[in-house]
Amino acid sequence: MTDAPLLKVRDISKFYGARIGCRNVSFDLWPGEVLAIVGESGSGKTTLLNCLATRLSPSSGSVDYRMRDGKLCNLSRMSEAERRFLMRTDWGFVHQNPADGLRMAVSAGANVGERLMAVGERHYGNIRATAGNWLGRVEIGIDRIDDQPRDFSGGMRQRLQIARNLVTAPRLVFMDEPTGGLDVSVQARLLDLLRGLVQDLGLSALIVTHDLAVARLLSHRMMVMKDGVVIEQGLTDRVLDDPREAYTQLLVSSILQV
Amino acid sequence: MNTANLATYNFAYLDEQTKRMIRRAILKAIAIPGYQVPFASREMPMPYGWGTGGVQVTAAILGPDDVLKVIDQGADDTTNAVSIRAFFQKVASVAVTTRTGEATIIQTRHRIPEEKLKPGQTLVYQVPIPEPLRFLEPRETETRKMHALEEYGLMHVKLYEDIARNGHIATTYAYPVKVEGRYVMDPSPTPKFDNPKMHRSEALQLFGAGREKRIYAVPPHTEVVSLDFEDHPFEIQSFENPCALCGAENVYLDEVVLDDKGGRMFVCSDTDHCEQRCASGHRGSLAYDGEIVR
Amino acid sequence: MATPLVVSEVAKSFTMHLRGGVRLPVMSNVAFSVKAGECLVLGGPSGIGKSSLLKMVYGNYGVDSGQILIDHDGRLVDLAAADPRTVLAVRRVTLGYVSQFLRTVPRVAAVDVVAEPLTARGIDAAEAGARAQEMLARLNLPRELWQLPPATFSGGEQQRVNIARGFITDHRILLLDEPTASLDAKNRAVVVGMIAEKKAAGVALLGIFHDEDVRERVADHIVDVSAFSPRKAAA
Repeated sequence: MTDAPLLKVRDISKFYGARIGCRNVSFDLWPGEVLAIVGESGSGKTTLLNCLATRLSPSSGSVDYRMRDGKLCNLSRMSEAERRFLMRTDWGFVHQNPADGLRMAVSAGANVGERLMAVGERHYGNIRATAGNWLGRVEIGIDRIDDQPRDFSGGMRQRLQIARNLVTAPRLVFMDEPTGGLDVSVQARLLDLLRGLVQDLGLSALIVTHDLAVARLLSHRMMVMKDGVVIEQGLTDRVLDDPREAYTQLLVSSILQV
Repeated sequence: MNTANLATYNFAYLDEQTKRMIRRAILKAIAIPGYQVPFASREMPMPYGWGTGGVQVTAAILGPDDVLKVIDQGADDTTNAVSIRAFFQKVASVAVTTRTGEATIIQTRHRIPEEKLKPGQTLVYQVPIPEPLRFLEPRETETRKMHALEEYGLMHVKLYEDIARNGHIATTYAYPVKVEGRYVMDPSPTPKFDNPKMHRSEALQLFGAGREKRIYAVPPHTEVVSLDFEDHPFEIQSFENPCALCGAENVYLDEVVLDDKGGRMFVCSDTDHCEQRCASGHRGSLAYDGEIVR
Repeated sequence: MATPLVVSEVAKSFTMHLRGGVRLPVMSNVAFSVKAGECLVLGGPSGIGKSSLLKMVYGNYGVDSGQILIDHDGRLVDLAAADPRTVLAVRRVTLGYVSQFLRTVPRVAAVDVVAEPLTARGIDAAEAGARAQEMLARLNLPRELWQLPPATFSGGEQQRVNIARGFITDHRILLLDEPTASLDAKNRAVVVGMIAEKKAAGVALLGIFHDEDVRERVADHIVDVSAFSPRKAAA
């Protein structure tokens, strides 16, 4: 971890008319750090994630991102072209539903290769080799490289989506319930894979989840949201083992023990 | 019946306001090579798919002194070509020709003439689907944004898929090009054989899509580059044998089935080119030297 | 050289919101220090809060007030007030912890579980793996288990993986929560030997040992945790 935060979030609020999406959220995210945003449905965690990833524009507040050259850039003041370039090179976004993040009618290889082609890679052999390598890293057989994701299982689709996002070596990845909608054994495999990739690549990540086990396994730090407000935050094991707020205690005590 | 006092068609069918509107769109298209300019496409007395876009562009640029040639798949004598030619003879009384060299305006569907076009000539393409990105991104709002921001990675995804499935780029027509280093453009469903002819052409090239209400253009001397990969470079089709009628090589050939026993021959798709070569004494393997009865 | 670990004026209570907001004081006026090369043992009856105290020192439990000063990389860090990032850095470099139970991660082999603290500090995977194997061999974990994920191991086997993972680094402070609880006599002796080596290397150790024999052999001092417990007054 270096000495400057990658993402500086200050007083982000999002209102939908009179309704609150999220209010006055501030934090820093450091390189190599994984931050989990937990809370129940409707607590504002996905709204917050979308505000940070510039998929929604916040009603107030600022988000600054440190570019590769070390300069801090205010995301809302960037041009759309710069922002979209950032999103397909230096950032990744893993959707809960893989169909939202994949091109379902295009082969697995091209799904992974698209970002490379978008940044100007023009050698078919190299693109295919890189795509094959990434399929291997997410444990998809190389013999599936020309198959379309619509022929893949849910877990494979999610792994393909992850490969598609990581191929340009992004520094920041946003994940919205990455294991939601998968059955438990598939979830475990995906989580382990994510944990390994995040560690090996030194990624920074923001993970929205309602699953505290996901937060425990993947994140260094977590924020608990309720009614659009961050009510508790800190080291992941501290928040989970010694929760302070009533709502956090309720969340933690609601986990089913197996 | 005395028809002298009945109203006739306005010159070239369209009213003057409409022609003006289309000309403005054409001027804008020329100013931004490869960019798709929206225009208020009119109902024409022919169905969509029969060249309503091309006909409107031709009507807007046609003057009384122009000489018009119309081809369909390279031929002057197919239904579409014949009826559009007759249409303009009727509504504009312009001179028509089948000779590429004599025409000032050539309206085309699916081919570029083999004879090199000259300065002052205008080639008008009939375009069914102007958006090259539509195959992979159906949202028009998104493709417009992609053009605006030059996000053309998707175009290569299409070519990648071709190679992955077929071992080579199997797109043979409507092969995407980049115009003047900026906009990616669909050259209409011409064979990729014709793509190099668009590059730095001395003639003005105009594209009209009637159903989709878009006009785009490639001005003379503009750079037109076919997209490809470093290890799978763009190549045009090649043919094993020359034209069976005129013996021409390095031209685009059509297959003609001769019988039901597998007999076939390959002849120039550009009928004018073929006829002129025959007239000047070139002979192919199946040339017929008797009197041609038409 | 500064004293590696100094705890002073620490107080801790739990507020049980699910029980109508009852506030349970757990600790107050906690004060002790551990010198380099010394093993301090937390004593007192079970349920008095020894494990909680260890978790507070590790930053796993928050504290209400007081300081937990740690000599980290040549500067003093107050773990009671440090931000999460600092706590993680301290844990990575200075403060090790052998918990009572291993929290297993699916699909990760025992040898990689043990090597992980080294690779996290930038040591290359081959060297870290070799040292992990040494540790496992020393703790008599059957070789055929090394490449398996520890989730299905017995309590004693998991405990040894846990100990190997905790002892593999050169953390200058090591917290031990009943490391020998589920071990047989032979392996207990191995662990006692390893603790002695750590002491000789100048590591400050803070531990809980229920086994009196082990406690006798490793402890330099014993702190009675009931002295910090408000429940003592009530009893």
